[in-house]
Amino acid sequence: MSATASSTDERHQDAMPARVRTIGGYVPLVDGPDKVSGRARYTADLPAAAGALAGRILRSPWGHAAIRSVDTSEAEALPGVRAVVTGADCDRTFGVLPIAMHEYPLARDRVRYRGEAIAAVAADDDATAERALALIRVEAEELPAYYRAEDAIAPGAIDLHEKRPGNVERDVEYELGDVDAALAGADLVREKTYRCAEVCQAQMEMHAALADYDPERGRLTVHASTQVPYYVHLMLARCLDMERSRIRVVKPHIGGGFGCRTETLHVELVCALLARRAGGAVRLVTTREETFITHRGRPEQTVRLKMGLRRDGRITGVECESVQRGGAYSGYGIVTILYSGSLLYAIYDLEHVRYRGRRVLTNTPPCGAMRGHGTVNVRFAFEALLDEMAAELGLDPFAVRRANLIDPPAVTPNDLLVNSYGLPECLDRVERASGWRERRGRLPAGRGLGMACSHYVSGASKPVHWTGEPHATVHIKLDFDGSVVILTGAPEIGQGSSTVLVQCVTEVLGVDPGRIRIVASDSEVTPKDNGAYSSRVTVMVGNAAIEAAERLLDTLTRAAARELEVEPGDVEVLGEVYRAGSQDRGLTFDEVAAAALRESGTITVKGNFSTPAEAQGGKKYRGATVGSTTGYSYAAQVVEVRVDEETGQVTVERVWVAHDCGKALNRLAVEGQVQGSVWMGMGQAMSEETGYADGLLSAPNLLDYRVPSIADSPPIDVQIVESNDPLGPFGAKEAGEGSLAGFLPALTSAVADAIDLRMDELPVTPDRVWRALERRRREAERAARTARRGAANGGASGAARQASGTPRGAPAPPRPTEAETGTGAGSGAGSASASEGDSIRPHASSRTAGDERSNFRSNGPDSDSGPGSDSGPGSGSPARAGGRRTKGRSA
Amino acid sequence: MIRLLTFRLNGRERTDAVADNVLLLDHLRESVGLTGTKTGCDGGECGACTVLVDGAPVLSCLTLAATVADRSVETVESLAEEGRLAFIQEGFHRKLGSQCGYCTPGLIMASEALLRRDPDPTEDAIRDALGSNICRCTGYVKIVEAVRWAAEAAAAGRAGATRSAAP
Repeated sequence: MSATASSTDERHQDAMPARVRTIGGYVPLVDGPDKVSGRARYTADLPAAAGALAGRILRSPWGHAAIRSVDTSEAEALPGVRAVVTGADCDRTFGVLPIAMHEYPLARDRVRYRGEAIAAVAADDDATAERALALIRVEAEELPAYYRAEDAIAPGAIDLHEKRPGNVERDVEYELGDVDAALAGADLVREKTYRCAEVCQAQMEMHAALADYDPERGRLTVHASTQVPYYVHLMLARCLDMERSRIRVVKPHIGGGFGCRTETLHVELVCALLARRAGGAVRLVTTREETFITHRGRPEQTVRLKMGLRRDGRITGVECESVQRGGAYSGYGIVTILYSGSLLYAIYDLEHVRYRGRRVLTNTPPCGAMRGHGTVNVRFAFEALLDEMAAELGLDPFAVRRANLIDPPAVTPNDLLVNSYGLPECLDRVERASGWRERRGRLPAGRGLGMACSHYVSGASKPVHWTGEPHATVHIKLDFDGSVVILTGAPEIGQGSSTVLVQCVTEVLGVDPGRIRIVASDSEVTPKDNGAYSSRVTVMVGNAAIEAAERLLDTLTRAAARELEVEPGDVEVLGEVYRAGSQDRGLTFDEVAAAALRESGTITVKGNFSTPAEAQGGKKYRGATVGSTTGYSYAAQVVEVRVDEETGQVTVERVWVAHDCGKALNRLAVEGQVQGSVWMGMGQAMSEETGYADGLLSAPNLLDYRVPSIADSPPIDVQIVESNDPLGPFGAKEAGEGSLAGFLPALTSAVADAIDLRMDELPVTPDRVWRALERRRREAERAARTARRGAANGGASGAARQASGTPRGAPAPPRPTEAETGTGAGSGAGSASASEGDSIRPHASSRTAGDERSNFRSNGPDSDSGPGSDSGPGSGSPARAGGRRTKGRSA
Repeated sequence: MIRLLTFRLNGRERTDAVADNVLLLDHLRESVGLTGTKTGCDGGECGACTVLVDGAPVLSCLTLAATVADRSVETVESLAEEGRLAFIQEGFHRKLGSQCGYCTPGLIMASEALLRRDPDPTEDAIRDALGSNICRCTGYVKIVEAVRWAAEAAAAGRAGATRSAAP
């Protein structure tokens, strides 16, 4: 780090400071000292929260019900209660997509999932708020509830939403090329169905909002744990019917996002409604259970995939049919199901694709844009099938990927622009690092190596709200004190975006980073930003920051030229010193800044970025812009596992991953992002699943929802590949999502290598592995019996193979059938005791209208019988998340 | 019932009026105002609230405030010396053991307890000691590196020389 040249005596030519450069270095986060010292304030920590009222939310115990009445009179009469709000207080819907805003902050005439907000209270303290919730009487009539996608779209199912007949949020269907002909030209065609359980972000900070309403001025200030303060701003204005100019939204430190807060949540809206009603400040922090039961995770998804492969490894064509259980509201659903199709492309040279994707509305929590949005489960299916088919043709997994590489620059059949393409190098790097060629096939019994590839967008090219504005805007302020202040709306959510923006500005100006500060995500001072989603910040906001810094540099250079009495082109910029040649002692940055300010006063410059038209996708089908970006990141990874065939336990020994991030602006942050992505993929692949029992999320805490612990987590070796994207800031692309998806198929490929068993259902929990092994043993015995009988007739060779004795490269064993694997969604995460009967199928309830503890009254649709097997009221007592830190399930 | 609670907090003795049913976590955050210690779950799931009681790591969300009477409680706010980060904090900063930072205070306090009893922990010892602290960002790789960095920095006694100057 260079020091600021503070005295002229120090400014000898040989002591001139060099321009500071941090791009490409290992740069700790600019806000790191706050986080490690405990000074970093998250929403619940804010000083203003100290005097705020405590907000709490009453939640639906029903999966699906028509609300008849909500009586809050007793709650309002309770001493210490300052505000009570219900659906009657807000008749405006919210949602992230302008074409799909169907959710109310507080349910009005219907609740559509267990956990949906019905009413809320602000009181002097948590305990009073809690007591008040218990005094709210809700009468409702239960409706048939659908907890599985197939039930929601079955004939006769009632519609969750008027505007979504048949409970289909979006049915996407297209064919590019000629898939039938392509499959006919293949040497091998295989079709398989893959099932991925629903997972959710389980971010460490629970949702929190602090809303302060000033009735004197009619102004509202909201601090919220969000990745998209701008969207929150828009939805606050909409739902509270306020002018946007009267609202201020601030994002303090937030404890992780991973897509759970890439849309406005009911939490911040309800908190604001309470604050306005109370005429003051309200803090609303959800419990961990509430955070789970209102999650915005990755949907349960089935992917039926059919692929044609030639003996030379070329993929001839792909047919993909996918169904997502989207949950009760639209959310990002339309985008999610489009991503699942569009990003079949842009990783391999693929021509012929037929895609059908259905996003289904169900009576489960609405799903969202979880890390790797829409692409992860389809990538799992694609890579897993490719791996299996390659094995069948005797092809090496690396070789089959290399046979399908893109020759960049290229435009895919669905009009996605592939500019930089580091996948070939990623393959080479992990193949070498993992010792693939020497070790694959030579590991001891029960151990295996698998590999897979993945990719992701570096920012969605089309913004959700099309306003015609640039995609990103950054301001930089230079003032009398010589400080350079970056003003950005880009939310720092722990991914290091503020650090990268400081680095971008440092790189252009070359100054001591100590004089650069950054203010992020306060609508009162920072320019609007669309938010931290789709890995857009580094590319879009980084480019805008560079443009702003270049403008500031230009202003400073011209000011220095005037002072030095030379042409601007003759000024040499050394960051902290501007001089007119190597013999010149030059001017300090402070002197140049003072000269520049003399002309204009305090300087604010602006930089913008917009994605170029050629990177905005096409129009070949409705929604074809989804998946377009300025540059795709690419990743390849190798996973090594050990499998215990007695218990079904899979242990990941090590992961090698190579990620093409274009250019590593900050190698430390890139490594951290890639490791975090791979690891989150590991959680989905091996242990995480929400699971529902009658629509009630059955793992609503961090013990039952099994996030891998440090003891379960392997070393992750990161290789950074730099393909220098022409549109990226200093060549950069994204680093925080693209490596996630590859872990899933790499894991199942490694398991197949270890024990010759293809797991088509995620997560690969010990119970699933054990059951699959048992099934194989039974089938082997059956086959052996058949063979013995056949042998009497001079028949087949021994088809039976013992699991542990299977020779490598042998044909795949019989695969589990659908009936045998069950629905998957219902089994407890990682629970070896999960029974066959714990599916999510609802059962008819014999419950009477409300129990004595309950403030909920309801009448079942057809009382005990229920209209058909695919419906049924919820069961048991209310599902409202319990008081703070109450552990028990609610029902 | 509300009683007077006298205990040592971050090296300073204090006496507060505390109800019997108040959790140490809530007392620290809501009454004392030390918000470095985080609430990450509904009780005993995540480790974000880890503090030291008489030097041992404790989940403050499962500890009644009344039980720390006459005992010593240390939170993340106590570690810095004269405003400078302690080695374990600096390790988490420099090695990126902290991304969003929410689990960080708990992980740092659990690590601090480990380093006090084992100044040179192996990777396995680190993974053992931090097994009940969940981090959702890092995949833990850099957390292990952060603790190792702190152990080595402390061993080398590289106090002022290694202070970081992040941009």
